[in-house]
Amino acid sequence: MIAGVVKTISGVRPAWWVALVLLILFPFPANDFFTVQIGAYSMILGLIGLSLMILAGYGGMVSLAQLTAAGLAAYVVAIFGVNSNDVLGFGWSWWIVAPLAIAVGTLFSALVGLIAVRTSGIYMIMITLAIAVSVFFFARQNYEVFNGFTGYAGITAPHIAGVDMRAPLPFYYLSLIGAVFFLAVTAFVEGSPFGLALQATRDNPRRVAALGYSVTAIRVFAFALAGVVAATAGVLLVILNGRVSPGTIGVDVAIDILVIAVVGGLRHPVGPFLGALAFVLLENFAIDLIDRERFNTVIGAAFLLVIFFSPDGLLGLWQKLSDRIKPIQTPTKSEH
Amino acid sequence: MDRPDALSRLQTAGQYALELEAVSRHFGALVALADINLAVKAGERRAVLGSNGAGKTTLFNAVTGDFPVTTGRIRFFGEDITELPAQERIRRGLRRTYQISLLFENLTVRQNLYVACRGVSPRRFSLRRPSPSDPATHMAELLAQATHLSDDLDRLVGTLSHGQQRQLEIGMALAGAPRFFLFDEPAAGLSPSERADLIDILGALPAHIGFIIIEHDMDVALRVSQGVSMMHNGRIFKEGTPAEIENDPEVQALYLGGAHD
Ligand SMILES: Nc1ncnc2c1ncn2[C@@H]1O[C@H](COP(=O)(O)OP(=O)(O)O)[C@@H](O)[C@H]1O
Ligand SMILES: [Mg+2]
Repeated sequence: MIAGVVKTISGVRPAWWVALVLLILFPFPANDFFTVQIGAYSMILGLIGLSLMILAGYGGMVSLAQLTAAGLAAYVVAIFGVNSNDVLGFGWSWWIVAPLAIAVGTLFSALVGLIAVRTSGIYMIMITLAIAVSVFFFARQNYEVFNGFTGYAGITAPHIAGVDMRAPLPFYYLSLIGAVFFLAVTAFVEGSPFGLALQATRDNPRRVAALGYSVTAIRVFAFALAGVVAATAGVLLVILNGRVSPGTIGVDVAIDILVIAVVGGLRHPVGPFLGALAFVLLENFAIDLIDRERFNTVIGAAFLLVIFFSPDGLLGLWQKLSDRIKPIQTPTKSEH
Repeated sequence: MDRPDALSRLQTAGQYALELEAVSRHFGALVALADINLAVKAGERRAVLGSNGAGKTTLFNAVTGDFPVTTGRIRFFGEDITELPAQERIRRGLRRTYQISLLFENLTVRQNLYVACRGVSPRRFSLRRPSPSDPATHMAELLAQATHLSDDLDRLVGTLSHGQQRQLEIGMALAGAPRFFLFDEPAAGLSPSERADLIDILGALPAHIGFIIIEHDMDVALRVSQGVSMMHNGRIFKEGTPAEIENDPEVQALYLGGAHD
C-alpha cells in the first residue's frame, strides 16, 4: 500500500507540483477576498463538482443530488455542533461532529444511489432531481430538525490548536488540503480494480455483469464514495459561512454544480475545479459588468460556448491548445 | 493429468455441465424459446445452428441470466441456477461471448482483460492500484497471448479492428477458472485468415472444458464441435453428429438449402 502510494506520488508530473506550489503561495500576494471568496470557495464548489464527476465521468451516472449530500452534512454540523438559533445545537465536539456529518452525507448519497442506479440517462437525472427537490422542500417545512425556512446561523468554526479555522489563511489551507486530498485519491482510485470496473459499467454494464460483478453494487459504492467527497465539501462550506438554510441546497445551486462539472470537464478529476474557478470568477466579476438578473444569462451563454467549442469542457480546450503548441507530444492515436 | 484441478476434473467427468428442462421465454406474444430440453456433458462441444431469429441468442441469454426465463429450470454442473443473477452464474464458471461485441471501448485491451480477471476473483472492489505481483495483471497478459493480442495490450479497445475485438470477446470469457463456454457467433464478420485464427484459439482450449457455439459458418461449426443441435422457431428440432445433420433432408430443406430468413 505504502509502496503503491510512493510510486504514484513519484509518478506525478512536474506541472502538478508547480501548480501545487503556486496554490500554496497564492494567499500571500492575494487579499482576504481572493484567498477565501475566490480561492477557497472555488475549491469547495470544485469538490462538490468532483463528487458529480466521479459518478458521471467514470460511471456515466448524472446525479443532481450531490449538493444535497453536501447540504445535509452542513445541517448535521449545525444540529450537533453549536448554532445561535436556540434549536437543537447539541454543542458536540468538532472531532465527533465532522466525521458524523461526513458519515450522514455519505449514507445519504449511497441511499440516492440505491434508489437511482436501476435507472439510467434522463431517468436517473429525473429521480435524483426529484430527491433533491423533496429534501429541499422538506427542509423548508420542517422546523423540528431543519428549522424550516430560516435554517441555522451562528455555527461556530472549529479551533485546531487554538487556531480559528474560519480565519482566511487557515481556512484556505484547510480547503486546499481537502481539494488536493480528494483529487489525488480520485486519480489513484481511477486505476484500481474498483475504478476500472466502474468505468467498465459506463461503457457496457451488461458485460460487467457477465464478468461476475454486481453492477448495482459497483454503482451504489460509487455513490457512497462520491458522497464522502460531497459531504466533506459540505462541512467546509458550513465552516466558511457559519450558516445553512434550504437555499444552500436549492435546485438552482444543484444546476450550478452540474454546469461547473460539465464546463470544467468530466474526463479528469481536475475538471470540476477548473469549472468551479471559472464559475466563481464569473459570479463575482460579471456582476460588475452587467446587473444581477442577467448573471444566469451570462452563465448560460458561457456554458453553451464552452460545450459548443469543446465537448470535454475547459479541460478539453486546454488539451487542444497544448496539442497545438506541442504537436510532437500528442498521444499516439495515429498508430494505425 | 498433472494439474492440481485434475481431481475435480475427474469428479466432473461424465457429469452434465448444462441441463435445460422445458425452458421457454416469451417476449409479449412472441415465443422466442419454446420448451427447450438440452443436456450437454462436461467437456462436450456442441454447435447450435439455425436461421436468424431462431432463438439461439435468446437461449444463451436465458442460460447466463441476462434475462429471466418464462418457465423451466436450468442446471449448471447439477446446481439449479434458474433464480441466480447473472454475476453469480459467472462466478460458478459459466462464460459467454456476445454476438455483437460488448467491450469497454474507452479502456485499453489490458484494462479490459484485467477487469475480466478481477470480476471472477475475490476483492473485486479493491481501491488499491494493482501491484506488479497482482495475479490478475499477469493473467491479463496470458489471455492477450492466448487470443493473439499481445502487441495491442495498451491500445484503446475502440481503436481495434473488428477481428481483434472478436478475439478480445473470447479473451474476456477465458478469465478466471471457466468450466463451460457459450460462444455466440464468434466468427461473424471475420476474414478467412481471422477465421483460421479463431479455430486455432478454440482448438487450443483445454480439452476438459466444453462449450456451445452458435455459428452460421458450417465450416467453423463442424470443425470445432462433436454434436449439433438444430433450432427453428424457438425449438430444437434435431440433434446429431455433424455428419448426420449435414445429410438430413429436413435440415437441408430448412437451413443448408440457403433458406436464411
Ligand atoms: N430483448 C428482446 N425483446 C423482444 N424480442 C426479442 C428480444 N431478444 C430477442 N427477441 C426476439 O426473439 C427472437 C429470437 O431472437 P434471437 O434469439 O436473437 O435469434 P437468433 O440469435 O437465433 O438469430 C427474434 O424474433 C427476436 O426478435
Ligand atoms: Mg443471435
